[in-house]
Amino acid sequence: MTIKQIFNLCFFLLIFSCASPKLSKIEGKRIDIDNTLEANASIERFIKPYREHLNKNMDSIISYATETYSKSDGAYNTALGNLLADAIFDEGNPIFNKRTGKNIDLVLFNHGGIRSIISQGNVSIRTAYQVMPFENSTVVVGLKGAQINDMMTYLSKSKRAHPVSRHLQLELNKNGDVNSATIHGLPIDDSKIYYVATNDYLYNGGDGMDFFHPNEGLYVLNYKIRDVLIDNFKKTDTLKPKRDKRFIQLKD
Amino acid sequence: MKRRQFIQKSTAATVLAGVSGMNLQAFTPAKTKKITILHTNDVHSHIDPFGPDDGRNANKGGVARRATLVNAIRKENPNTLLLDAGDIFQGTPYFNYYGGELEFKLMSMLKYDLATIGNHDFDNGIDGLYAQIPHADFEFVSANYDFSNTVMDTHVKPYKIIIKDGIKIGIFGLGIKLEGLVDKNMYKETVYHDPIEKAQDMSRILKEEQNCDLVICLSHIGYEYRNSDKVSDIKLAQATKDIDLIIGGHTHTFLSKPTIEKNSVGNNVLVNQVGAYGLYLGKVDFYFNAGKNVKADGATIVV
Repeated sequence: MTIKQIFNLCFFLLIFSCASPKLSKIEGKRIDIDNTLEANASIERFIKPYREHLNKNMDSIISYATETYSKSDGAYNTALGNLLADAIFDEGNPIFNKRTGKNIDLVLFNHGGIRSIISQGNVSIRTAYQVMPFENSTVVVGLKGAQINDMMTYLSKSKRAHPVSRHLQLELNKNGDVNSATIHGLPIDDSKIYYVATNDYLYNGGDGMDFFHPNEGLYVLNYKIRDVLIDNFKKTDTLKPKRDKRFIQLKD
Repeated sequence: MKRRQFIQKSTAATVLAGVSGMNLQAFTPAKTKKITILHTNDVHSHIDPFGPDDGRNANKGGVARRATLVNAIRKENPNTLLLDAGDIFQGTPYFNYYGGELEFKLMSMLKYDLATIGNHDFDNGIDGLYAQIPHADFEFVSANYDFSNTVMDTHVKPYKIIIKDGIKIGIFGLGIKLEGLVDKNMYKETVYHDPIEKAQDMSRILKEEQNCDLVICLSHIGYEYRNSDKVSDIKLAQATKDIDLIIGGHTHTFLSKPTIEKNSVGNNVLVNQVGAYGLYLGKVDFYFNAGKNVKADGATIVV
């Protein structure tokens, strides 16, 4: 046999006996996981102690809410947003002050970062997890007055109730432009450095907040926003935040 | 060309050597082989089912129920793989309390084979992810994240080859661009590479060098971004060849059935994603015949 004949023989044999498997058919579907499926008992047994420990902790009652508070209760400021921003100041400022000798001038948070309502009735640790499921942490950023003005422009354009602390008074005119902005009752001074508390997500440009860079210093408090809420709720027997006039649009 | 001739000749010689010792049993009709691929994505720490009062997903999901389903499918076909396309972490207090330990332990109990890494798997930092690795009896694949200068070095491979019933299955992973999505302090020195380039490399290695019968991409880059140049599973499917199945994640896309796309040489590639939170299990069955009578345009697809 020539090499060619040997090759042909082998090719023949390959096709009919030893060839690699060929994909002939594909079937694809998705299957619902619902209560028609019985839970696997050993998996269930394994989860149980984790669940019980977690629930015991999560359901411990730490405060009481007089009403149901939602982030959609107002156009530019809401009781829930005000509660959150003020809690970040009240819990964060003592830490910031102790470390730096300075004080937080203003807190800015994002409307989208509030992930749940607070329902009327008992407030538990679970409530804080629902409002703030993410691991975001408190940072304080030093910003020149000019950038604070950029922030005011951002707030006027975003047309959302981004939470701000009680130290700010921002009024938009009927066209939605900034009419006046004061911090601690004083106009914003372009050359002064203001210390703004926010979270790491926004500091890094989240929600299009690009006014945090460049800056006059970053102070990482290593204090999760959720822990801020838990600590604040524990100190507050009854939550009764109010919508006020810190961020409003004038009618005329 | 010379190299090719050499390979053909050496193959012929090998086969000939085999023929002399071969008995007639080798010529009995070959059976059809079936490989089942099961998959989840973006489970986000949803261990318990949604409660009866949930507005959107009442009574759906739950790891213990998923275990029942997976066990039943494995019983029917032992040649089954179970894969996850990332974002295992973050979404319920189980993650906040236990840092992902329970998620990994349960996935190990369900005998997951492989997972890729999603952006939320960095939520406790790369050190937080690394800390949970001892709880995972399954492995991680990512071809476009370079972890060389991080604690995760050697714990994530670009691809893994698994052989089931003689069928060689090559699976590689792809992750989403981390910059702007995850804090740099979290992912540290993890380096992101272009998913399409890496996928082209991987499919060449798995198909041509490793001779895999099946090539699967486990992706967390997202299904599709309309009106955007952003790389996605759909773009990936179109720009590559020799990938049979792309299992996706990230965009929480609830596909009722896999999408059939044409790849760069006009062959079919399946793209699938089962939303999020363990509400569904994806199932793709691949049937193999030994050698003959396969249509030139590829396998029949039933979805």
